[in-house]
Amino acid sequence: MTAAVYLAIFAGLFIFLAGCLRRILAYARTPLHLRWELYPLPHEHPYRAAYGGSYFETQEWWRQPQVTNRRGEWRVMIEEILFLKSLREFNRRLWLPSFLFHFGLYLCIAAITCAALATACRLLSFGTRFSEFVHVLAPIAIFAGAIGAILIVAGACWLLIRRTTDPALKNSTHAGDIFNLLFFIAACALLIGGYLLRAPGTASLGEFACGAFHFDRAVRIGAAFGAGLILASILVAYIPFTHMAHFIAKYFTWHAVRWDDRRNERGSAIEGKVTASLGYKPTWSAPHVGADGQRTWAEIATTNPTKEAQK
Amino acid sequence: MSGRINLRDVSRPDSEPLIHLENDELMPLPAPLENPEKDRPWAALPEQCQSRYECGLDDTCAVNIPKPKSREEEEQLVARFLSGLDKLFDKKNNWTFLEPLLLTMEHCTGCQSCAESCHIFEASGRNELYRPTFRSEILRRLYFKYVKRGGFLSAWQHGSIQLNWPLVARLIELAYRCNLCRRCAQSCPIGCDNGLVARELRKLFSQEMGIAPREIHDNGSMLQLKAGSSTGMTAEIVKDNVAFVDEDISERTGIAVRTPWDVEGADVLLIHNAGEIMAWPENPGAFALILTLAGVNWTMSSELAAYDAINYGLWYDDAQFARVALKHMEAARKLGVKRIVIGECGHAHKALCVIADRILTGDLNIPRESYLPLLRDIVLSGKIKFDPTRNDFPVTLHDPCNMVRLMGVVEPQREILRALCPQFREMEPHGVDNYCCGGGSGFAIMSGNNFPDWRFHVSGRKKLEQILNAFADCPGPETPKYLCAPCSNCKGQFRDMIAYYGLWQKNRIFYGGLVELVVNAMADAKPGFIDWEWR
Repeated sequence: MTAAVYLAIFAGLFIFLAGCLRRILAYARTPLHLRWELYPLPHEHPYRAAYGGSYFETQEWWRQPQVTNRRGEWRVMIEEILFLKSLREFNRRLWLPSFLFHFGLYLCIAAITCAALATACRLLSFGTRFSEFVHVLAPIAIFAGAIGAILIVAGACWLLIRRTTDPALKNSTHAGDIFNLLFFIAACALLIGGYLLRAPGTASLGEFACGAFHFDRAVRIGAAFGAGLILASILVAYIPFTHMAHFIAKYFTWHAVRWDDRRNERGSAIEGKVTASLGYKPTWSAPHVGADGQRTWAEIATTNPTKEAQK
Repeated sequence: MSGRINLRDVSRPDSEPLIHLENDELMPLPAPLENPEKDRPWAALPEQCQSRYECGLDDTCAVNIPKPKSREEEEQLVARFLSGLDKLFDKKNNWTFLEPLLLTMEHCTGCQSCAESCHIFEASGRNELYRPTFRSEILRRLYFKYVKRGGFLSAWQHGSIQLNWPLVARLIELAYRCNLCRRCAQSCPIGCDNGLVARELRKLFSQEMGIAPREIHDNGSMLQLKAGSSTGMTAEIVKDNVAFVDEDISERTGIAVRTPWDVEGADVLLIHNAGEIMAWPENPGAFALILTLAGVNWTMSSELAAYDAINYGLWYDDAQFARVALKHMEAARKLGVKRIVIGECGHAHKALCVIADRILTGDLNIPRESYLPLLRDIVLSGKIKFDPTRNDFPVTLHDPCNMVRLMGVVEPQREILRALCPQFREMEPHGVDNYCCGGGSGFAIMSGNNFPDWRFHVSGRKKLEQILNAFADCPGPETPKYLCAPCSNCKGQFRDMIAYYGLWQKNRIFYGGLVELVVNAMADAKPGFIDWEWR
């Protein structure tokens, strides 16, 4: 059982990271798209960002350097990531269940991080004053993990009810969405229940984390907790292959689309990318496009279909 | 209403409309339009239209797709659709928008935050068909099934759908039930963009199947590339018309004006939406007067397409978009001007200043800007003397989506109005949170069949509510009111919608641009530039 759990965890993490990397590369490798920003942009000058203004509000804007207000971006990102600000603003009915669910996830990530740090302290700093951290980090990990799992179960149950009863959500809810929520509920319920109701003599979270590091099969874990860990590992491996990987997408949709107001200046890297894209040879079939697979985008853009027709 | 509809209904083999709207189901309007029974009735689709064209979506028909004559023809059309679908997700065919489209396809959680922001969905009485995710969900299912070649597992994860000609025909129409205002994208927690989905669908239909509304393709971008303007005006005609405008403006204001043409090395190449010259000549006239008095070294160009800022490709076709944008830039390069300034046209702003930025290289990348900062600086500079009491009537401001939410030009127009219009009041919401006029993405020029009924009852309804609310303190005809719409397309929608509901006769709600207000307040011009005569 213990070995199977270790294998599931390591395999789950590996597949998760590989899946995320694959998805990141898929988006990062797409050609530079046309500008498609949406205002307000948080990296604008603060007084402009407040009402959604841009550098286009200034005459001869190209004579001034572009403002890059990273603090503004971070503020918006933190509000968005931690508190789901846009959902709260535009869809209050769904915000609380979604917030509980996501905050639960963050607490679980914090718990895993604390458990990993506690293990590192125990292994690397044995006998030094750093080993004291273990006594601080271990209970934090257990507390954050427990609260996180409870919030995930509560949020997922609430979302499940909303998805199955709200007519507005029905047309865009698939069997997979229901399955995903049930998957979270099952994994987290098993984890929290299995850990709290574990038999005497089975490993604590810290002992389990330490055992996982050494692949120590002598560590005893309860069946329910073990099943929860295996289920959670499969869930983690599954996430990058679903729309639940929107934590990756969100970087691109916000930074590379909504907030991308970078100017195309002569001789810039952007101009280089544009030039490369104009060399693509499209194959659209409508006669007015005039794409035959031989002509480049640049050539098509410089032809006049009304003159071509007269030839 | 035809009850609740399901996504599966779009594949229904009959050609019956999926929904029918009644006036009493629509979002209620404030006084004087609060009684749905007194609301304008919808014209029925002509029988000839129903028999010849695909009208299986709703109460109207925007695109006029001829009905296929045989099963084989239907299958060929579906095959062409599938071919286009593949190209939409291929970098060499769609490098222009591949990344945002992929992100939208693969990450929507179906939370419906977008629906709460969509004026069309709200105005329709929250009809499922107009939910922003409705069309996106159809495309998403097709994407996973036919582009990603998903099997049973994919259908379970993403949903399934039956592809047939009725679905494609309805999807073509559905792509033209969105104003592309992207208010929905602004509210999406993930950053998905249902407006982009509508736009990319239009692109697929145009670039692969050659299907687009006649008003924006044949009589729009194609005519512009052939004659020089979607109005049909050639260079000679436009020069004649502008000369007449100059004469008229000089007479009305008492200040001599002459529009300069093809001045090499000018500081500013001004490009108007040529529709202004035809429909609202006082607008280009006002521009000429202001720039002349401010001492700006400016010119207009008589090169093909360069005297008409419109670029309808923005709404439906990348190739047409790039061609028109390049025509504008080539004219600027030929004259050797220092910058291009776009007049009162929202989509032309977005097209040339923002979107075209990433198709221009080398010496074609000439700086482009909105007329608004220039106008603001002129008004606030003191070069021209103003008397704001001449504008002492209620004025509200419409924010064209393309200038504001999609370009971030928010304050200059307000600074002008605060300086020149003592009774200026905002609509709510405004700025980047504004609502579309309902004529965006080409709707304002689409008047076939009974499409205007849909345009005024549904897509323009939220804006109409905003306008009536903005003037709620002075609704009666004794107070003339000015709806300032610094965009030609929006003005077209307001002209038609205000006339449709009789709001000029009953409530004295007038509409016009921003430069007209500026000239109206000029202390040295004859008073009464705004003549309060309906056009």
